[in-house]
Amino acid sequence: MSCNRATTVLHGYFDSELDALGAAEFEHHLEQCFDCISALDALESLRSFMNMARLREKAPAQFRKKVLADLRPGRPVVVFPGRTPWRWLAVAAAFLLVAYGSWRVIPIQRGSNYETVLAAEIVDAHLRSLQPGHLTDVVSTDQHTVKPWFDGKLDFSPPVQDFTDQGFPLQGGRIDVVHGRSVAALVYARRKHFVNVFVWPTNEQDAAPRSGSQQGYQWIAWRKGGMEFCAVSDAAPSALEQLQRLFTE
Amino acid sequence: MNTLVGKGSIVLDSQDQVRFETLVLPHLDAAFNLARWLLRNGADAEDASQEAILRAYRFFNGFHGGDVRAWLLQIVRNTCFTWLEKNRRVKDMAEFDEELHGPPGPTPESLAIAADSRGRLTHALESLPPRYREVIVLRELEGCSYKEIATITSIPVGTVMSRVSRARQQLQLALTDPTHREAIHEL
Repeated sequence: MSCNRATTVLHGYFDSELDALGAAEFEHHLEQCFDCISALDALESLRSFMNMARLREKAPAQFRKKVLADLRPGRPVVVFPGRTPWRWLAVAAAFLLVAYGSWRVIPIQRGSNYETVLAAEIVDAHLRSLQPGHLTDVVSTDQHTVKPWFDGKLDFSPPVQDFTDQGFPLQGGRIDVVHGRSVAALVYARRKHFVNVFVWPTNEQDAAPRSGSQQGYQWIAWRKGGMEFCAVSDAAPSALEQLQRLFTE
Repeated sequence: MNTLVGKGSIVLDSQDQVRFETLVLPHLDAAFNLARWLLRNGADAEDASQEAILRAYRFFNGFHGGDVRAWLLQIVRNTCFTWLEKNRRVKDMAEFDEELHGPPGPTPESLAIAADSRGRLTHALESLPPRYREVIVLRELEGCSYKEIATITSIPVGTVMSRVSRARQQLQLALTDPTHREAIHEL
């Protein structure tokens, strides 16, 4: 290429970094400069070539865990089946509760920050439960097996229902610690996805669902019949809403 | 292994801790990705970006809002260049390095790599000097604006366009000529 603009301004134009005047000038130039036209074509193909190759590398799960362990000393990041000291989830739960109050009073201003924190924590919770062997303590698709399994392990009786017919087969359950107390975690499958539903008692009144997404994971939280619920998954938002309705029907 | 507890004399109060996690953690992928391409190695990238996050944590009180991703990537980038600098001295002392001074020309391995586009691109991108590689990664993989690139790399905005331009030309050259070898030492 011999046009000297092909080596400088062209890239600014290609990256939409020229101001309106500069862009207009360059477009005028493009009408008569074949060097720049072919150089622009070459840049387009380079970019699509790079996009197709998906070069961006995501942080490995192990690395993410190491960083979280750094940031949260004293709070175990690795989850052990049977006894899951998820104290970070207690923080999430605290935020959830605070966030609920705030949302009802000041729906817009307070929401986003709390939501972000909540979402990040809940998503972390979900991700860790997906570590091999950490998903369920009791493995059963039978609600009559899962529900009694919680007896004597919790001071409340979580509503356990199988929704196989509605597309959410029950996979089992697990005990976690949320907000300084033991809670039930119910695990459902949704096609190839897993959904964690955290349940614990509350004195607050029923509340309509709040939902959001973080890093491609969806969460939805609601309160019903003296119970606090929070479901999280990488399934579609509509799927979580559907599950939420099944719970509240 | 650095840990914030072990090394850090600074511990953020709980409000700042939450703020740090809320602001910084969403950019872990970006941090790792930049480190991976600058260091050309996943394991080094993990260590370097972990170190960078430790620094970010320490300097967090100095962060007064603005573009948190650019702020974090600037720290990651500086950590990586320090890393490269150290590594270079070590390599300079080594008498012979097969990887750096191996015979040019296609080997069965390089031919196999060239067969798939991701491998070809990886190879070409890794052959660029770090200062060109970083602007490509920031612009094409992270979608940074010239202004953000200027912040991250501490070069004037006016220089970003010409550096991006030269980096792309080098990349195109490396892609069309598989024997293209850039000076790996060049910083």
